[in-house]
Amino acid sequence: MNYADRLENVAVLGAAGKMGSGIVLLTAMEMADLKLEAGAVAKDYVLQAIDVSPKGLSGLIQYLRDQVLRAAEKKAVGLRKAYEGRQDLVENEDIVNQYVEDVLSVVRPTTKIEAAYDAGIVFEAVSENPELKVKLLSQIKANNTKNALFLTNTSSIPISELNDKVKLDGRIIGFHFYNPPAVQKLVEIIRAEATVPDLADFATQFAKKLRKTVVPSHDVAGFIGNGHFMRDALHGIAEAEKLAADMTLADAVYVVNKVSQDFLIRPMGIFQLIDYVGVDVCQYILKVMNDRMPGAKLHSALLDRVAALGVLGGQFADGSQKDGFLKYGKGRPTGVFNPDKKAYVPVAEIAARRDEKLGPQPAQAKPWKQVISLADKAAFLDGYFNELREMTTPGAELARTYGRRSKDIGLGLVKDRVAARDEDVNTVLLTGFYHAYGPINHYFD
Amino acid sequence: MNNDRRKVFMTAGYQTVSMGSGRKEFHPKKPRPGLEDYIKEAGQGTLKQIGGGQNVDEGVISNFMAARFNRQGHLAALIPSVDETLRWKPCIRVEGACGSGGLGLMTAVKSVLAGTADVVLTIGVEVQNTVKAIYGADYLAGAGWYKGERKKGHVYFFPALFSDRAGATFEKFGRDKTRRAFARWYRNAVENARLCETAQEFHNTTADLEALGLTEPNPRNFVEHLNVFDCSKVSDAGAAIAVVSEKGLERIGMSKSAAVEVVGWGQVEADLTVPPEDPTRLETTARAVKKALDSAGIALKDLGTVECHDCFTISGLLSVEAMGLAKPGEGPDYILDGQTSRQGTVPFNTSGGLIGWGHPTGGTGVRQAVTVWQQLTGKAGNWQIVLPSGRPYALSINMGGNDKTVVAIVYRRAD
Repeated sequence: MNYADRLENVAVLGAAGKMGSGIVLLTAMEMADLKLEAGAVAKDYVLQAIDVSPKGLSGLIQYLRDQVLRAAEKKAVGLRKAYEGRQDLVENEDIVNQYVEDVLSVVRPTTKIEAAYDAGIVFEAVSENPELKVKLLSQIKANNTKNALFLTNTSSIPISELNDKVKLDGRIIGFHFYNPPAVQKLVEIIRAEATVPDLADFATQFAKKLRKTVVPSHDVAGFIGNGHFMRDALHGIAEAEKLAADMTLADAVYVVNKVSQDFLIRPMGIFQLIDYVGVDVCQYILKVMNDRMPGAKLHSALLDRVAALGVLGGQFADGSQKDGFLKYGKGRPTGVFNPDKKAYVPVAEIAARRDEKLGPQPAQAKPWKQVISLADKAAFLDGYFNELREMTTPGAELARTYGRRSKDIGLGLVKDRVAARDEDVNTVLLTGFYHAYGPINHYFD
Repeated sequence: MNNDRRKVFMTAGYQTVSMGSGRKEFHPKKPRPGLEDYIKEAGQGTLKQIGGGQNVDEGVISNFMAARFNRQGHLAALIPSVDETLRWKPCIRVEGACGSGGLGLMTAVKSVLAGTADVVLTIGVEVQNTVKAIYGADYLAGAGWYKGERKKGHVYFFPALFSDRAGATFEKFGRDKTRRAFARWYRNAVENARLCETAQEFHNTTADLEALGLTEPNPRNFVEHLNVFDCSKVSDAGAAIAVVSEKGLERIGMSKSAAVEVVGWGQVEADLTVPPEDPTRLETTARAVKKALDSAGIALKDLGTVECHDCFTISGLLSVEAMGLAKPGEGPDYILDGQTSRQGTVPFNTSGGLIGWGHPTGGTGVRQAVTVWQQLTGKAGNWQIVLPSGRPYALSINMGGNDKTVVAIVYRRAD
């Protein structure tokens, strides 16, 4: 079966979720593009967007409409050519609107899992819960009429485990998008040992057609992305707990978050990233990894404590950030959670008593957003980290320790054969986490 | 031209800021002044200098596509909104795509010549940031032949038409030098605009403008032979000027030293349904300029400054050739020699032109007249040039569509 035939009938599970909606968007656009390329002889492409939440599904349609419109405006030059045979479509607006309609007409939102029974491709993006995934995939496998291929967006569960438990005989592969899938360039592709070559070929071609950067990861729980992020987060949490001997925990969280963002020139501090992913999601992922790597000590009591208080982070339906370790106003941290008092301490208040003690950033510092688009980024980073290396302030010391730990984590992933080479680890952090530099570097040696 | 006609003058010019990307105060998502605001600001700017609306006999407003950009037709009836004394006076709206402003000026000139008016308030306006550029491109494509050209045209219809002209020019006369001339044109435009606080590129701080101008075109997202720096920007702006007779000057109490005299013009129309015979030439522009110079009884060597219609760098370059300042294919050398720069033989577009100052399509012709008036009467502030001796004349060229409607006007200081 060729690539276009395989995509004729696709089911996405968890279609209304953060990741699922992005997967629906990209897949539906790819299907509409294939249909346009084929012209009059095109088959009927169908994407079953399956989710338990009817409300989520109506939100999905609105999301798709907005996103496809934006994508169509961006690729209008190509779309004018694609629709050149349609005499009724003359202006850009006609063409853009037609494309939105063509993409949306591929998508069939439904709450019924039975819709996946006729799908040739099943893309799974439900929550990161191994039992749930196994249950749903087993049910589909037992009833599917097309001997479907399965792609899973899991960010932590080994693919071999899903393959064995669902008895898929290698008809499954890990295809891990980063959040949000429509924007983030990275896809981690994870082949289980048993994954059939046909599926691996399909996955590679699919990623290429979506213009994603592919990094292969070995089938080890957490893969490269969470393999780094979870350990990096645990380091941040441990540093904060250490600092809390001399200050309140809220102050310590503020300090570590600031150092990991500003001093290390990252897009967000580590606690903001935990909130972005979701405190509970981090908890799930750690549990999945810890259960499968005995002795790895991938666990945080603080995370459990905060989650138990119902402080979970994550995002609202409109994409705005929910409060977690930090409180947010217009997307920026405005407070830090104090678990003892179950209340947020204003950031300004903590900054007033901590920033000076922490010491300044290197004089040549620039914000992350500027740094990533610098033409001579490498030279800038060399200069910046040389300066940081010479500083003896507590902030600089924390930053150096953090950078070294991040590098050790990266090297560990290569040593443990999760990543084939240093470059793959760096690519994941650069493209999946938008870091300005890879963790495996010489800046902290 | 009939030499015993009445004398016609222009005075009391006003231009608003050219708002759009590039201006610090511009945010696409924040509310901005609308069409009515620009009409009012520009109109009142002129009225204040001529003793108010009671001195005005007629009003002319030039605009291209408010019907789509602002969903507003019937613009003549917005002229009385400038000042209540304008109510009940004859007003007219004129449209000729990006040549609307030139047509508006000619309409006013003809009213004065006909003797039906001694003072005509002439306003030009366009407010285009109401939609994204991709949809604005649809509206602007109305300057082409919709039935015959739009379907097979590009997303960015007009940039693509001029990209085709650029491509033909590259093929005939060489790509490298022509592109370097484009980049120089861009640099001159922005450097001039930096001197004029109302210009859209006034805040531009790019260090190496020519390097930026040489950015390779990206046909995947835009057009084949031009980059975005080769194009004028999307602008919201208004401009106004008083077109008056000698009697009118007296009525408004304006001395001749504060006015320019319109000494010649060429107003030429080509057939919208016929593509250009030679894409490397602006034939209509050439005809209009020749008519204007002939009617003024002057030659190119008498020109001290030019406002040309550089909606794209290629149209700037082809205008230089159409005027006859350089032979076909030699425009790039003329530009690269610095002859069009503010230190050059004939400084072009001294407040930035369409690329630097901005291009409020239907208003541009009026804005060009304002810049000429400012230069000739010493009111050009930081962008003031000293006209080379023996070159007292100025020329403006306003073009509509793909060289279809062209108005060229020759001016000199009135005293």
